[in-house]
Amino acid sequence: MAIDLTIKVAGEGGEGVISSGDFIMQAATRAGMEVVTFKSFPAEIKGGYALSQVRISDQPIPSQGDGFDILVAFNGEAYEVNKPLLTPGTIMVWDGPHGGDFEPEEHDGVQAFAVPMSDIAKNQLKNYIAKNMVAMGAVVELFGLPEDSLKSSIHDKFITKGQEVVDFNYQAIELGRQWIRENYPDRKVAHAFPASKAQKDVVILEGNQAIAVGAVMAGCRFYGAYPITPATSVGNHLVDLMHHVGGTVYQSEDEISALATVIGASFTGMKSMTCTAGPGISLMQELIGLAIMSEVPVVIGDIQRGGPSTGMPTKHDQGDLFATCLGTHGDAPRIVLACADVEDCVYLTIDAFNLAEQYQSPVMLLSDASLSIQTEPIPRPDISKVKLTERQFAEPQTGENHFERYKITDSGVSPMGAPGIPGTNYAATGLEHAEDSGPRTNVETRNAMTEKRWRKFDGIEDAYKPIEREGEDGDDLGIISWGMTQSVTREAVARLRAGGHKVSALYPKMLWPMPKKQIEAFARSVKRVVVPEANFQGQLADLIKMRTDVVPIKFNVYRGEPLIPREIESMALELLQQSAGAKPMARMAIH
Amino acid sequence: MALPATLNVHVQEPLKAKDYRSDITPTWCPGCGDFGVVGALAKAYAEQKYNPSAVTTVSGIGCSSRLPLWMNSFGIHSCHGRAVPVAIGAHLARPEMPVVVTIGDGDCFSIGGGHIGPPARRNMDMTVMVMDNGTFALTKNQNSPTSRPGLPGTLASGMGNLDEPMNPIELMITLGATFVAQSYSANAKHMGMIMNKALAHKGFSFVNILSPCPTYNKMDTFQYFRPRIHDINDEGEHTQLTDRGAALAKAAELYDHHQNAEAHVPVGVYYEVDKPIYTEKVQKVREYYKVTDTPDWSEIFDRFKP
Repeated sequence: MAIDLTIKVAGEGGEGVISSGDFIMQAATRAGMEVVTFKSFPAEIKGGYALSQVRISDQPIPSQGDGFDILVAFNGEAYEVNKPLLTPGTIMVWDGPHGGDFEPEEHDGVQAFAVPMSDIAKNQLKNYIAKNMVAMGAVVELFGLPEDSLKSSIHDKFITKGQEVVDFNYQAIELGRQWIRENYPDRKVAHAFPASKAQKDVVILEGNQAIAVGAVMAGCRFYGAYPITPATSVGNHLVDLMHHVGGTVYQSEDEISALATVIGASFTGMKSMTCTAGPGISLMQELIGLAIMSEVPVVIGDIQRGGPSTGMPTKHDQGDLFATCLGTHGDAPRIVLACADVEDCVYLTIDAFNLAEQYQSPVMLLSDASLSIQTEPIPRPDISKVKLTERQFAEPQTGENHFERYKITDSGVSPMGAPGIPGTNYAATGLEHAEDSGPRTNVETRNAMTEKRWRKFDGIEDAYKPIEREGEDGDDLGIISWGMTQSVTREAVARLRAGGHKVSALYPKMLWPMPKKQIEAFARSVKRVVVPEANFQGQLADLIKMRTDVVPIKFNVYRGEPLIPREIESMALELLQQSAGAKPMARMAIH
Repeated sequence: MALPATLNVHVQEPLKAKDYRSDITPTWCPGCGDFGVVGALAKAYAEQKYNPSAVTTVSGIGCSSRLPLWMNSFGIHSCHGRAVPVAIGAHLARPEMPVVVTIGDGDCFSIGGGHIGPPARRNMDMTVMVMDNGTFALTKNQNSPTSRPGLPGTLASGMGNLDEPMNPIELMITLGATFVAQSYSANAKHMGMIMNKALAHKGFSFVNILSPCPTYNKMDTFQYFRPRIHDINDEGEHTQLTDRGAALAKAAELYDHHQNAEAHVPVGVYYEVDKPIYTEKVQKVREYYKVTDTPDWSEIFDRFKP
């Protein structure tokens, strides 16, 4: 019987909700399990609703799933928000029966364990901060969460604050355990933490950390950035990583400056990157155009969040596809990749650098607020298997003539000079230019240079790895998804196909230039195509319509949460039952 | 082809000034003050014995920002107001490489205003030279932050500029620049002296160069400047170059000539101090953390074990 257990901790920001989830995740990984986490923070530093959900299985898990088996509710808001998901068979551990701020109703088939975590923390431990550890103690006692793993995680996290702090936390755990032993001695729980298996050779990374790891693996040695939620932590992780590889992290005074420093560093030959979110992408548009026109390789991460404008800084959204594929004035080609999971965050970052070098172009790398903090164990990377691309540097020039950086070539890619390569000095420029960088507006030069800049990307669809496709020719429905929605779609498609439904799926990683041939071939191989995405307009669907002969059905959620497998499943079932032309209705709010 | 680990920043045998000029014909108006600047800069590069393949000239947008295109060096003709952070990136990637920013007063102090503070405060080892003509010339004559009162501008009031100009010397001293000077594009000798000092200075150097626009600015002309230009470092007038207060007091006199027909137009070095540069501080951190450029991937990945 496959293990599939989801534990959700929810409460007020600042109460240790997130760290509780992290400890559970660590314990599960040490027990040899596959794990996927989902977290959500409010934008503020303290207060607001926070949740951390950990899904544990002995099989590979594509997504965070549809709901939870166990809910640990720290406060009334956590209970109210999650009430609709307390279905028969779920278990709730809640802050009560006294000292908390709520009183739950009776729910059919739901086991409820009251643990007065606030009261014990305040009145026995004399410190409210111990609340989450009391709750963790209860989780240990009720479900068999391995206590030695929990204690080890606590030790690692708090030992710099002193052994007394570590011991205080251990004490809190014991009080939580004791409460359960004394108050629920004859309990029979419907769920239990799985028995340990051999631990796999894995590393645990959160999405943004994985981007940082991928970047240094790719040879990135300059990271210039300005803080913005939810991208800031890429830089935080790189501060330490760059110590190990001899690179530089630079905090600039705004996002425009950040990208400017990245362009300047890359100009000298150094692989360089910045990460930002929607508002930063908007600010950077002019300099993205400069990098395109002057043909400087750069990698720009966009950790998408609710927009437009300030929007919802900590909430999931897939709303930046237009801005990243089409943004900046003029006819400006570039490459856009989108990550579906933590492993993509490592390996697509490496792809981004390779593509930037090969095509001497900006590459936009998309992630999102949820994926940025999603923590998963992934197979330990093997650096020996990683192939890196370097830009085509020019050879040293010895002749009288000045080096022509923008030499017209068949491929459109011109050898690039760099400080230190004798005789290859040139001026990079955002003006339209002749081969020797001289400003030009004449018709012949304009036509030739425009065509050169676009010709570079001819054949990129074939040069990049083929898009993964699931299902068979002739299937009734084909689902094209991108970013984190891909992970959710995988799970839905697995269930649909297991149920005998003829559903195919296409999982593109490079969204721009539009992989026209593969999308058109996919559409020809199924009866109808639908594109579920977390944005209002259906941005990928629109881009597909614009660049291919395919007109997909749209399925949009824009509530600030990722899609869940069950709603993609329902969407597919409705479409399979309906006649052509009808739109699917199923949408759900979950958190 | 792999990049060399360190650059040969200097040439063995000195080159001539013309060796630092590209074949691209400048698009400046005849009589533009910037001709004097590019001539002096090429000569200063020669005098510093820079390797043309190991020095980078960075600009933004504007007439004066075209300068890197006329130079035989590495150049980045970037976006309006963004030359300074582009230069920072080039500098941090190659700290031994001289990086010189050549921009206009509008590019530096209007749209670029948010960017000049950080490298000055951080005392980054680079040089910023502003060709100050008191106008936005390439867009055909709008007032800039250094425009004098009454100067016509197409977006100004019907009675010309209503504003007092900002004071680049005061500003750069206040922002933390460790070398601050003003020069004049018609005086090649003075520019040469100032440019060489600025380039040789270890730290953030700022030079404001009065560079008349004969096409649009009919008030700050060569004719206007010639009788008024006066070297403040002459005859012991301003000698306390390391005294910030004295430098600011002297800088406050910058625009006296707008009100007082007898007042000078000052040129010279206002402020020059030695302070640790940014990359030196970064180097200390690297030594503390024993930073290496040969990654131990096993150790790196071990940090993420469960």
